[in-house]
Amino acid sequence: MLLYVGQRIALFVATLLIASVVVFAVMQILPGNAAETMLGSTATPEAVAALSHKLGLDLPAYVRYARWIGGALHGDLGVSYAYGSPIGPLIASSLAVSAPLALMAMTLAAAIGLAAGVYAADRRGRAGDAIVMGASQIGIAVPNFWLAILLVLVFAVTMRLVPAGGFPGWQNPARAFGALILPAIALGVVQAAIVTRVARSALIEALNEDFMRTARAKGVSRRAALWRHALPNALTPILTIMGLQFANLIAGAIVVENVFVLPGLGRLMLQSISNRDTLVVENGVMLLALIVIGLNFVVDIACAAIDPRLRASAA
Amino acid sequence: MLLEVADLTVDVATPRGLQRVVEGTSFSLGEGESLGVVGESGSGKTMTALALMALAPAGARLSGSIRFEGRELVGAPEEDMLRLRGDRIAMIFQEPMTALNPLHSVGAQVAEPLMLHRGVDKREARRRAVDLLERVRLAEPERAARSYPFELSGGERQRAMIAMAIGCGPRLIIADEPTTALDVTVQAAILALIDGLRSESKMAVLLVSHDLAVIAGHCDRVIVMYAGMIMESGPVETVLREPRNPYTLALLEARPRPGAPRGARLKTIPGAPPAHDQHRTGCAFAGRCALTIPVCRTTAPPVAQFGANHVSRCHRAGEVGFAS
Amino acid sequence: MRRDRSEAESLGRVTFAPFRAPFRLRGGLSLWLGAALVAMLILAAALSLVWTPYPPTAIDIPHKLAPPSAAHWFGTDNLGRDVASQILAGSRISILVGVIAVGIGLAFGVVLGLVAAFSKGLVEDGIMKLSDFVFAFPALLLAIMLTSTFGPGVVNAIVAIGVYNVPIIAKLTRATANGVLSREYALAARAAGRGPIAIAVDHVLPNIAPALIVQATIQFAIAILAEAALSYLGLGAQPPQVSWGKMLADAQNVLYNAPGLALYPGIAIALSVLGLNLLGDGLRDALDPKLKARS
Repeated sequence: MLLYVGQRIALFVATLLIASVVVFAVMQILPGNAAETMLGSTATPEAVAALSHKLGLDLPAYVRYARWIGGALHGDLGVSYAYGSPIGPLIASSLAVSAPLALMAMTLAAAIGLAAGVYAADRRGRAGDAIVMGASQIGIAVPNFWLAILLVLVFAVTMRLVPAGGFPGWQNPARAFGALILPAIALGVVQAAIVTRVARSALIEALNEDFMRTARAKGVSRRAALWRHALPNALTPILTIMGLQFANLIAGAIVVENVFVLPGLGRLMLQSISNRDTLVVENGVMLLALIVIGLNFVVDIACAAIDPRLRASAA
Repeated sequence: MLLEVADLTVDVATPRGLQRVVEGTSFSLGEGESLGVVGESGSGKTMTALALMALAPAGARLSGSIRFEGRELVGAPEEDMLRLRGDRIAMIFQEPMTALNPLHSVGAQVAEPLMLHRGVDKREARRRAVDLLERVRLAEPERAARSYPFELSGGERQRAMIAMAIGCGPRLIIADEPTTALDVTVQAAILALIDGLRSESKMAVLLVSHDLAVIAGHCDRVIVMYAGMIMESGPVETVLREPRNPYTLALLEARPRPGAPRGARLKTIPGAPPAHDQHRTGCAFAGRCALTIPVCRTTAPPVAQFGANHVSRCHRAGEVGFAS
Repeated sequence: MRRDRSEAESLGRVTFAPFRAPFRLRGGLSLWLGAALVAMLILAAALSLVWTPYPPTAIDIPHKLAPPSAAHWFGTDNLGRDVASQILAGSRISILVGVIAVGIGLAFGVVLGLVAAFSKGLVEDGIMKLSDFVFAFPALLLAIMLTSTFGPGVVNAIVAIGVYNVPIIAKLTRATANGVLSREYALAARAAGRGPIAIAVDHVLPNIAPALIVQATIQFAIAILAEAALSYLGLGAQPPQVSWGKMLADAQNVLYNAPGLALYPGIAIALSVLGLNLLGDGLRDALDPKLKARS
């Protein structure tokens, strides 16, 4: 296990490094000079050049890359061109909205998806299975931002249970939590539909394995065999897909945060991109990459904890 | 009698409706006795074995009677069967790689029936599991208990499977092709182990195999199945030496024998086993049999008796030649 | 040593025999239902080229936010535009984005996948690692970055969605092509001295086509969803183009006054995506039963 974890950590760090180079490179290719953007179209070329020099934009690429990474390691992400404030706190405050949102949506997706997937696999071929599978098809087809609008329509406009959008801040945890419920549902339901389908097919595969009959021959009940023997075997593919899907969940969050006017990472990114606020975008994208790669690292470790064959594969 | 099966019929649901996979099977098995069930793939031998444990596939219908230790199992409630399985009746499966859960340690899997049926706690069950692994002569039982199925060899896995089966001291062990996936030398060792355990604890063994040689060496009696029906049954030496059914004879001739001339071709049975068809008239083997006469195709063969316990289902049972 | 397949194994198949019939029926059902929904989408687009009840972008402020009526089936929006006409016209953008984005994905993905499958070694590893990397990157984020730097618009949206399709198609092509290349007939063709392009055209492409068609259908659905999201954010279709996603953004602004407006475009998107996904599933079952197990 230790060897396996060590290998995964090395891979994790290597992937992060490559990701940072790619992100940096892409930001160089994209047109639009931050200095021009900050000064507006009326600025003289001299003023732009002076500001570029001041921001260090005229330095060679590798120097800027090294400065960026070095600063990031010390917690210094630079200053936003558009907001004029340090990027670290800017991103941190947006994460205070986005991280709980993503966590809630993922928990919801896992809970609904696993329950529905187990239910459908247990009743495969029967009416309950067909209904769950039909519902999951619809869940996948519904755009999450439309679901978000519908939720606003029902719970905010018609029933007036929750505000239609905005975020009150964590000073009032109950209200902050309440403001995240609808966005989390809008994000989570689509993911739940995907998890349902994966869980069902992985579980059906496990239920067909020979060891299931062995378990039954030992006197294990059908239900216990499903939970103790089949489900752990289905869990690795389910976790893997959930890890991969997390990237899509984050992308969905950008749109859904927009529907609910939440000051999260998605909105920050969207605004920074249109502001040509390169440094914020660079760090934001890198943070997303870190989260996605990090989560998949955690998934790898979890799968190895479940499956001894994976632990042994590290040699 | 420990086990008495009478007129057991199994129908399984298929897209084309119910299909009869076992028909009118009757046999019995006493304490410490060993019964071989032989037949080609699809002959209904595995289905018979699964029916004994009420583990036939979902939607299967059983009729007839299975009496085990005096209790009727056909139609018995699932709770009763749960108590029986793994405790009084245990089963050993063919492929020990896929028949063991890849995620659980061997020790945990051997301990599971003990926890289920003996109510012992986890630690005690693990301790006994190590003893059981030692009893099936696994080298380093402590290490084997800690390892996972993929870390063991095929023979070791099958020994672990046997340890799992004998944990609660079952009265009947059903072994479904227990050695088919193993090398010949390992095969012999595993069969010898089952024999030893049988004589030690007086449990009965139902050995399902396609291999007559395996049955010949390790069973007291044999039943030969074809298309879900018993074609011939009797003491193993008698049936193999003086088969009274053309199907048994064909099986005997289809196996390689020592001393046969080099380059001699093995006999094969032409054709393939028929699809199960309950509307069939006549003998199921008629299409492939060398001795077929018109009556074989129109009338179901009668059961002919030859001496004590030796019966054959064939119109021409009396004429079947002795195997050379 | 090939072990004898015991009855126990054939049993595994028998076990689920009772369920096969309804499943086959369901596979057939998804195929036809999916085909019908997709046909509706295509017909709507075709119809909108020659006829819509009103010009989709004709502003009619006096009749704004009219409820559904005989004159305006789905009512009118905040500028008095006829919603039914906009729904019909909006299908065009969805199809356009889907076709071109999937086309980009297929054109580059198949070539890259085939190159990977034929070349092996470093080239194969490199292409696949790169695919993994692009794949892990949130597609929508890529689209947002591209469209907001190169300017919002349908063309940039299409390119961004198409780029996302490339690694998916490339991975699928490589995996399925490798399967074909290990088969005897492909080996025989190689042994006979035929070049990789000839083998790819004669043997590989016809055999991997079913899997590609299924995947293309599903990517088409994803493209429609992505276009709607981009247009909703204002990064996709620009006026005077009509897009379902943009209609939803407009509808959200008048949610309190005309909640019904938020329904029609969403239903149109969901039905199109549902139709494509069902069609993909149905085709998977119909074209290649081996693909059926995974869904």
